Amino acid sequence: MNNKMTTSKKGYYGEYGGQFIPELLMPAVNAVAEAFNHYKEDPIFKAELKNLFDNYANRPSLLYHAKNMSKDLGGAQIYFKREDLNHTGAHKINNVLGQALIAKKMGKTRLIAETGAGQHGVATATVAALFGMEAEIFMGKEDTDRQALNVYRMKLLGAKVNIVETGTQVLKDAVNATFQDWTKRIDDTFYVLGSAVGPYPFPEMVKYFQSIISEEARQQFLEQTGQLPDAVIAAVGGGSNAIGAFSKFVDDNQVKLIGVEAAGKGIHTSQTAATIANGSDGIFHSMKSKFLQSSDGQIDPVYSISAGLDYPGIGPEHAYLADIDRAQYVPITDDEAVSAFEYIARTEGIIAAIESSHAVAYAMKLAPTMQSNQQIMVNLSGRGDKDVAAIARYKGVDIHE
Amino acid sequence: MTVEKIEQVLKHGKGFIGFIVAGDPDFEKSVDYVVALAKSGADVVEIGIAFSDPSADGETIMKADLRATKAGSTTKKVFEFVANIRKRTQVPLVFLTYTNPVFKYGYDPFLAKMKQLDVQGIIMPDMPLEEQDEFVTLAEKYDRSFIQLVTLKSGERIPNIIKRASGFVYVVSSLGITGMRQKLSTDSHDLITQIKQITNVPVAIGFGISQPEQMAQFKNADAVIVGSAIVNIIEAHSYDAEEKLQNFVKSMKLAW
Ligand SMILES: Cc1ncc(COP(=O)(O)O)c(C=O)c1O
Repeated sequence: MNNKMTTSKKGYYGEYGGQFIPELLMPAVNAVAEAFNHYKEDPIFKAELKNLFDNYANRPSLLYHAKNMSKDLGGAQIYFKREDLNHTGAHKINNVLGQALIAKKMGKTRLIAETGAGQHGVATATVAALFGMEAEIFMGKEDTDRQALNVYRMKLLGAKVNIVETGTQVLKDAVNATFQDWTKRIDDTFYVLGSAVGPYPFPEMVKYFQSIISEEARQQFLEQTGQLPDAVIAAVGGGSNAIGAFSKFVDDNQVKLIGVEAAGKGIHTSQTAATIANGSDGIFHSMKSKFLQSSDGQIDPVYSISAGLDYPGIGPEHAYLADIDRAQYVPITDDEAVSAFEYIARTEGIIAAIESSHAVAYAMKLAPTMQSNQQIMVNLSGRGDKDVAAIARYKGVDIHE
Repeated sequence: MTVEKIEQVLKHGKGFIGFIVAGDPDFEKSVDYVVALAKSGADVVEIGIAFSDPSADGETIMKADLRATKAGSTTKKVFEFVANIRKRTQVPLVFLTYTNPVFKYGYDPFLAKMKQLDVQGIIMPDMPLEEQDEFVTLAEKYDRSFIQLVTLKSGERIPNIIKRASGFVYVVSSLGITGMRQKLSTDSHDLITQIKQITNVPVAIGFGISQPEQMAQFKNADAVIVGSAIVNIIEAHSYDAEEKLQNFVKSMKLAW
């Protein structure tokens, strides 16, 4: 098996990736690519980013041995990579600090971003405040309803929040709206894309900044346990926390890489967002990848309880890792994720994001099938404060936020 | 009767290219509307294929895509639609579609179908120079034109884009997305001049053009492309737009 993540054509992972973007934005996207390729080799840029990671975002994040859960489930030892402890409460800040720093170096003064759960929007609003930049966030109407707390957080941080009422009014529509905004105002604006999707260089750049997760984790595992994990589990929306959790383990063939997709009401229903399970090859959101779509190439409406995971596509590198069988992708339903959300709260005293709870749910299935001398890393991509009200509603409890 | 080549038709200048979404307001009526455009003087008609996520389009065309989707738009249905148009007019046709429906159908079979239906060209706004090789090679095999887009931001990319121009060059007049605009930048005038210096392929300008008074500033183009203004007439008059469409095209042609 060839795990080499090298790309034959610019921005391709096997046959996936590319730059299917309108001519109007192509020069802007190429300028971002040029800047990214320059600054990632620049020692000053790297030092500035490290300083922001360590002294603003609270890195390195902990690798925490979840002893109660490991004991209760019986089987493999479970470790959480605590991205939920980052400033702003999710892995999203890693990518935003990186991209915003590039934007600043490019002389851009305005950041725009899509957001689903609101975590990426909050991170972008936060860094814009820190850097003294303008921020405008695009969020689907349905998501502004179910993640109302994050909408207010973004406003508090000084960002303008645009409610997207076109299409299905969720994450994919927010991405469309953000690209549209970029075409209207290119010169001073940088699109901080929040996941490992879109045209090259975005999937590569997002991976680069999120790889800090596996870079730290790999070393922490060796220091704390003397061995690598046997499996790494991460939730997959577009795939940024997952690619960050996987990338430094890809060449360690003994480490199983498992992406967890949102099955919504189940992969045999139409109310799902499990792209690898149900999708097919397509070209959308500026990339060739796998998508949930009709036989005619119309993009399907998708559903998940999680606003961060209900995306009809997946980052191109994940499509490739699935194709070559280096990573495996499994579906987890709303019900399973909500059970995991409650379980981790009770056993470990951690309220994890509903997105991350999908990964926890799969760990709950996998751990009992493994030996007690084996170890699983679960990437806790974010904290769940934002979800408490929605989960209460799901359970039939009416609380006022 | 045969369909005249786009290059030939637009060579005389003062060309008018009208845009209609296939199936708006339904598949029967939009055949009538294409015929109406052709009768009133449209030199080429662009046929839009409705897409779930028309991200380069403004509200007007988004809504038209929704109407067509409601009317049961599928790729197969669009091909039937073109076959029905061909029974009534020999106006040159080009498709305007996002890449995914074409990719899903298969590039080769899609182009074969275009040849069979005598659709001369195709515009795919999300397939830039960087990603065209495969499709353009196939388009040449089927003798179909892949219409190149040039924007105010294209700059040093222009020579490489123009090298591949066929049918006509589509100059995008403004930043942003499709939709009518009150004021149009005059920068595109210079862009047209620049392009005409390096190619004999006709140059058409579009994006935001909606009024006869705007035609004067594009005298140096071989044709104007009008989309949202036509779609707006269909939105406003639904099944009763034929006469309004004809009057509109005539007034635009007169203003040249
Ligand atoms: C906490 C958290 N985890 C995961 C995701 C999913 O995104 P990605 O697949 O890019 O990591 C999100 C997205 O909003 C999120 O907020």
